[in-house]
Amino acid sequence: MRVRCTVNGEERVADDVWAGESLLYVLRERLGLPGSKNACEQGECGSCTVYLDGVPVCACLVAAGQVEGRTVVTVEGLADGDLLHPVQQAFLDAGAVQCGFCTPGLVVAVHDLLQRHPRPSDPDVREALAGNLCRCTGYEKILEAVRLAALRAGGDR
Amino acid sequence: MDLVQPATWAEALTARAERPDLLPIAGGTDVMVDINFDRRRPEGLLDLTRVPETATWSVDDGVLRIGAGVTYAQVESDLADLAPGLAMASRTVGSPQIRNRGTVAGNLGSASPAGDAHPPLLAVGATVEVESVRGIRQVAADDFFVGVKRNALEPDELIRSVLVPVTGAPQQFAKIGTRNAMVIAVASFAVSLHPADRRVGTGIGSAAPTPRRAPQAEEQLAGALDWDGRGPLDPSAVRRFGELVADAADPIDDVRGSAAYRRHALAVLAARTATWAWDQHRTEVAS
Repeated sequence: MRVRCTVNGEERVADDVWAGESLLYVLRERLGLPGSKNACEQGECGSCTVYLDGVPVCACLVAAGQVEGRTVVTVEGLADGDLLHPVQQAFLDAGAVQCGFCTPGLVVAVHDLLQRHPRPSDPDVREALAGNLCRCTGYEKILEAVRLAALRAGGDR
Repeated sequence: MDLVQPATWAEALTARAERPDLLPIAGGTDVMVDINFDRRRPEGLLDLTRVPETATWSVDDGVLRIGAGVTYAQVESDLADLAPGLAMASRTVGSPQIRNRGTVAGNLGSASPAGDAHPPLLAVGATVEVESVRGIRQVAADDFFVGVKRNALEPDELIRSVLVPVTGAPQQFAKIGTRNAMVIAVASFAVSLHPADRRVGTGIGSAAPTPRRAPQAEEQLAGALDWDGRGPLDPSAVRRFGELVADAADPIDDVRGSAAYRRHALAVLAARTATWAWDQHRTEVAS
């Protein structure tokens, strides 16, 4: 089947999509967007987090056909050309990126959190990122990255 | 495998009748896991996310009607006052990403003994409204779970909505797991106070082949509560309540916990949640 949707602001078409295929597979294997990572395939790890119609979801749990006509934003859609999004820059500056596999999902989750909640408390951050696993950093640097991104976005805490 | 995408509820019912081999999918948080892991290869999927009729909730005559497409995130944000027990349970489901997609109706469709929505629905006396081209049927939550991951749906039926009585009285939910997110309950428990008719409702999760109530415990606690004087809860009565809840369970040993642990945990959760609910009731009445 054919799936048409808007991805990172562009109209995209994927052909020969199998009905049981996930949005994640379509993004990575058919649309050339490998930013969203394929790890657990069961919604446990959050490394495939993308926006679907403005709401963060695990792309591995969305059936490809369900995005027909809908709008997807992946981690690739956050930067402005070569200029990283402030959340991405904060992850780098805080040392919140080690192996990097969880990073795209975390960046999208943090991007969403700060949009809804420009000055989140630490418990807010932990709650918002509860669905994103990281096996390298021990999370402290990730929390620092969120604080840094919030601060730079103008929030006095 | 094919994908059928009805644009209206009527189309969905027709598709369900013509193609009972299609697996209904909404948020995909259960269905896609099974497909990704090759545990299930349905002939096709019946995508219910384009059906507008089931995407909303409403209140009519003291009953909250939650459409089948309403997500846990919506229950958390919109229904905390109308369905406090269900909202509490919804907050414990998966992660934000999962709650943005998963639905209470999907939980009922999967009918897992560990489904987080089930105990509060049992405790409050919810009704599942199911529909086919033959008509609408209302099934009490208590009659809906018929076996491990089996429910009372006929092959041509879809869950249309969940009807939850708005009681205005305290409800509580508690769940045991290894962390605060992404946990399949080791054991869970919900309690609902119904002061108007001096009843107590209960729901047990993850501790029997199906979610189930604890009827003897309900009667015992209802009889022990000081409904008129709103006096404190008698410690021996609340302990007894916990024991009766544990007795009502039929748990197994598995990777998440032993049967003995689950029984013990249930007794603790039951006593705790009953105390929270009753204390809340006393405070609300006093203020």
